Amino acid sequence: MSTPSTQPAAYWEVEPHHHEDGASTNIGFWVYLMSDCLMFAVLFATFGVLHGSYAAGPGPKELFDLELVALNTAFLLFSSITYGFAMLCMARDDQRGTLRWLGITLVFGLLFLAVELYEFHHLIHLGAGPQRSAFLSSFFALVGTHGLHVAFGSIWLVTLMVQVNRKGLIPANKRRLSCLSLFWHFLDVIWIGVFTLVYLMGMI
Amino acid sequence: MAVPANVETTFLFGRLTLDAIPKDPIVWATFVVVAIGGAALVWALTKYRLWGYLWHEWFTSVDHKKIGIMYMILGLIMFVRGFADAIMMRLQQALAFGGSEGYLNAHHYDQIFTAHGVIMIFFVAMPFVTGIMNYLVPLQIGARDVSFPFLNNFSFWMTAGGAIIVMASLFLGEFAQTGWLAFPPLSGLHKSPYVGVDYYIWGLQVAGVGTTLSGINLLVTILKMRAPGMTMMKMPIFTWTSFCTNILIVASFPVLTATLVLLTLDRYVGTNFFTNDLGGNPMMYINLIWIWGHPEVYILILPLFGVFSEVTSTFSGKRLFGYTSMVYATVCITVLSYLVWLHHFFTMGSGASVNSFFGITTMIISIPTGAKIFNWLFTMYQGRVRFELPMMWTIAFMLTFTVGGMTGVLLAVPPADFVLHNSLFLIAHFHNVIIGGVLFGSFAAINFWWPKAFGFQLNQFWGKVSFWFWVVGFWVAFMPLYVLGLMGVTRRMRVFDDPSLQIWFIIAGIGAVMIAIGIAAMFVQFGVSIWKRNENRDLTGDPWNGRTLEWATSSPPAHYNFAFTPVVHGLDAYADMKDAGAARGQGKYLPIHMPRYTGSGVILAGLSTVCGMALIWYVWWLAALSFIALVGYAIYHTFNYDRDYYVPAEEVRLTEEAHARQMAQGA
Amino acid sequence: MRNMPKMPTAIALASSFLFLGACKPVVLAPAGDIAERQKDLLIASTGLMLIIIIPVMALTVWFAWKYRASNRDATYDPNWDHSTKFELVIWSAPLLIIICLGALTWVGTHLLDPYRPLDRLSESQDIAEDHEPLKVEVVALDWKWLFIYPEQGIATVNELAVPINREVEFSLTASSVMNAFYIPAMAGMIYAMPGMETKLHGVFNNEGEYQGLASHYSGAGFSGMRFKAHATDEAGFEEWVQKARDGDTALTREEYLQLETPSENVPPRRYARVDPELFDRAVNMCVEENKMCMAEMMAIDDQGGLGREGMLNIQPVTDDKHARRGTKPVLGHTPFNVVSICNPAEAAAMFADLGTDEPVERRGREIMQSRALPIPTTLFQRLQDTTIRDARASGASEQKL
Repeated sequence: MSTPSTQPAAYWEVEPHHHEDGASTNIGFWVYLMSDCLMFAVLFATFGVLHGSYAAGPGPKELFDLELVALNTAFLLFSSITYGFAMLCMARDDQRGTLRWLGITLVFGLLFLAVELYEFHHLIHLGAGPQRSAFLSSFFALVGTHGLHVAFGSIWLVTLMVQVNRKGLIPANKRRLSCLSLFWHFLDVIWIGVFTLVYLMGMI
Repeated sequence: MAVPANVETTFLFGRLTLDAIPKDPIVWATFVVVAIGGAALVWALTKYRLWGYLWHEWFTSVDHKKIGIMYMILGLIMFVRGFADAIMMRLQQALAFGGSEGYLNAHHYDQIFTAHGVIMIFFVAMPFVTGIMNYLVPLQIGARDVSFPFLNNFSFWMTAGGAIIVMASLFLGEFAQTGWLAFPPLSGLHKSPYVGVDYYIWGLQVAGVGTTLSGINLLVTILKMRAPGMTMMKMPIFTWTSFCTNILIVASFPVLTATLVLLTLDRYVGTNFFTNDLGGNPMMYINLIWIWGHPEVYILILPLFGVFSEVTSTFSGKRLFGYTSMVYATVCITVLSYLVWLHHFFTMGSGASVNSFFGITTMIISIPTGAKIFNWLFTMYQGRVRFELPMMWTIAFMLTFTVGGMTGVLLAVPPADFVLHNSLFLIAHFHNVIIGGVLFGSFAAINFWWPKAFGFQLNQFWGKVSFWFWVVGFWVAFMPLYVLGLMGVTRRMRVFDDPSLQIWFIIAGIGAVMIAIGIAAMFVQFGVSIWKRNENRDLTGDPWNGRTLEWATSSPPAHYNFAFTPVVHGLDAYADMKDAGAARGQGKYLPIHMPRYTGSGVILAGLSTVCGMALIWYVWWLAALSFIALVGYAIYHTFNYDRDYYVPAEEVRLTEEAHARQMAQGA
Repeated sequence: MRNMPKMPTAIALASSFLFLGACKPVVLAPAGDIAERQKDLLIASTGLMLIIIIPVMALTVWFAWKYRASNRDATYDPNWDHSTKFELVIWSAPLLIIICLGALTWVGTHLLDPYRPLDRLSESQDIAEDHEPLKVEVVALDWKWLFIYPEQGIATVNELAVPINREVEFSLTASSVMNAFYIPAMAGMIYAMPGMETKLHGVFNNEGEYQGLASHYSGAGFSGMRFKAHATDEAGFEEWVQKARDGDTALTREEYLQLETPSENVPPRRYARVDPELFDRAVNMCVEENKMCMAEMMAIDDQGGLGREGMLNIQPVTDDKHARRGTKPVLGHTPFNVVSICNPAEAAAMFADLGTDEPVERRGREIMQSRALPIPTTLFQRLQDTTIRDARASGASEQKL
């Protein structure tokens, strides 16, 4: 509604309107994570529906090794902490510290993947592959999708380490590091869900 | 059967053999036409040296306006394919009586109705909706582009890649014969062992990535890129409906993606999500797919509700009645659309209480929808209604859609659904709302914003020819289906034995022919308008006496949209500016920060498409290679930090002065 | 510019009257009480909605005409955009209609729930206390309907006969893909799904020959999946049953496996005898020899499965009715199914329990699971006591591949 007091000049800004660089990136990445979260929600729901359908085969008690999974969980949780240290270094513009902590994060991520691959291999070798029952199908789909995310996160992590090494902690790289940080912590949160719902509730 | 039996797979070509080429004369004729047309197009592009122009100005463009136009072109091309399927179905059903098998065998016919549904929803309605939002949202909120311009280009090419995969199935192998939602166990490996369902899955997955990313992009654009002063409750109504649509996209397409992944695992790895044996649960697929599917319906219609609001207000020369209640109605619909999915399968036997719950939530959606219709009515009330083409489409919509809405609520009453579910009554209902809402809305939008996009008006005469053939043709084509539904006729039937039904199918066929004339007239309208564009120039940038910011720029807008940033004080920002005599900004021109064009989107989407095709045909080496290339190229792309530039102030000055001269000429 | 798009309404109204006069819309003129009441609800709902639809359509045309740009006599108020009074009306009018319609829906849905036994035979006939419904078991096969009359001990393909004014209780399942069973003149449709049992209650009030069909697309032969439903008097029905019994073909499990392989446009066929376990085996997807029944599998799963021993308790699918070619998933193993561990006595007890056929109590089941199967509680006990313990103790070694 126009008020008579508004002067014509007030309808246009000559100076370009300043949108903070990267502000959109952050919120955009959040929205992406939420959509990714919905994918996991579907997989969790699927597991929720099918988790008791063993097709007269084995259930979680006969298959999972809780100690191994606890170790794996520890790897992933530590990787989140070390990523946090990397971000602290980044905030201090400490490039070498950032890279060092990113490297440690990567090692933990890869250890996590190695243990998961071992677990999958072990199960399939036993004859409890994804084809055996709906329970196993949904288990492999849920845990495997999480593992795929960690794998891609690791590739991304390496890419960023190369980029930070080359260009330093420029604003664009900082933005990318904080996006990956969100992603990495998000995977942690999902894993806590997986650990609780799939392993703990299955075993106990 | 055109499906080759016992396909051997080879390393080089997977299960692709010469047998995969359909032997059907209809397909061959289509192929010849497409091949000749394609060759002619390639020849023309080469002769007039347009490849470079297309590549540099369009394919690699990150300009939301050009991407919007490309979406519309994709939608129109796919619309022709989808409509060809419709005509073939109408002909088959009108012929297949009295012992006649018609002219299509089951293998062929079942592919046609599946393809019709998939193409019309995913590759016609979705591109139309996304295209309109892409073109308009940044302009309406006074922004220079979307938040992530490169992502926008990539999203478009992913959608196009999905369309290419679906189209390839016409000439290579087969398409799914499962219906457009591919319910298992029918879509499982045992019942659909060949490539049809795989084409369906990978076509939708590739396009789905594009849709999700485009949803994120527009959502963030609306949240972060609004002009100063434009609070949420001062956004144009179309932007509001787009906002809600993009929320729905972001919150529902991942469900589709995940569901299709599970179906893929069932088909490729032999898992048991949706199988009959070993604990699988096919009904879970039906629940999951409709949890995506019902919001999808509102993804399609909401932006068009926005279009109708803008059109009604502009052509009534009046502010929109009940803006606030319109916004709340839109938000209500957005939330409620997640609470109704089960009404698509009342007949599954979920029990009376569950059925009534979902029936009643469905009815509740009709309250905000009804409020919207009333708001449009009262916008016309005490207005000056100009019956230009966009307004004609809007009134046709209001009359058509209310009938479709009524039959929809009828189907939401479970006992009524028990007799009408899966019948032609249902088909008539959803065509009633999708054609009457989404298509009429898209046509209103095309007629309304064409002068903005191209700088000249669309031809009135051919537009009216198209309008009348479309509207009358629609009623002639679909009223008989309501009747047939009440006669107990089920959808997807290929042959009939009750001769008394035939007359209705023939009437419906006549309606389809009328629609065909309407479509042809629309293309003639485009052609004539382009041919005689100099007679219909829009020099002012504001041919309809518009009310929102997109009319504050030239037609077509400069690639940077606005030389100065508009400041918003209320609803109908541009109407305010005109009232205050401030329709044009003035001052010193400054350089403008803009994103660079890039070919990365085309390359990444191209690799995804190749990967999808390789997975369909089990060509593992190509799938692996294209996937590695995809990841590698994406990483390579992130090493490019130089993604934007400044438009020099001098260029801005020249552009703006030319526009001012043009306006003076128009006035 | 004055072209008014009024045509569609006119055409709509004219055509709907014309259409309804000139054809026999079975949904609007059914021959059974349930379909009749579904029709009544349909018409009542339509009427309710027309209360608001007709004024809206009339107002659209009237406003568009009255406030056309060339009519300079009409008021023009470009800034009028709000009226609390109107807002109240436009939200409350649809709300009121929906409240009425919602009440109608709640009541109608519960009364006409296909799982609910009938409360009357027709408007004029109450149901007798001792009324025994006619039981018909329906299996949707590719692509024909199998009807089993458990009490009469006969079975038919693509032909149904029922006496009029007697409640019919259908139990439905499917052999391979989803389908829907629909006799428009009798009652609404219900899905028939593999591994699932659904129910439908209906009645015919008028004699005649009615169309029955598959109303959920199920593959290539779907269009030909039609049958005739004969509604006769009690004597006619007895005669029909007798005729079927006079034949000499029996529907055994082997015969069923033969029958369920895909075929199209199958002419009606009758079986004089039928294996009494057949329908339960079809529901439980264990018509094949040695295959574990769903009920058995679900009971075992409720106990936590068969452990690692159960992993190998499988057999490759050899006589898969679906298999046409290459059903092995490209990245997986050859399809297999689970071998039954019931001994014949336990199997017989299980089917006896399943056959008690109490009305299915579906309240409280998860929607997502939609298991319409009765939970085999007694079997559950039996398995807990003996089978699982035995299987665990012996490592189910005999059953291994």
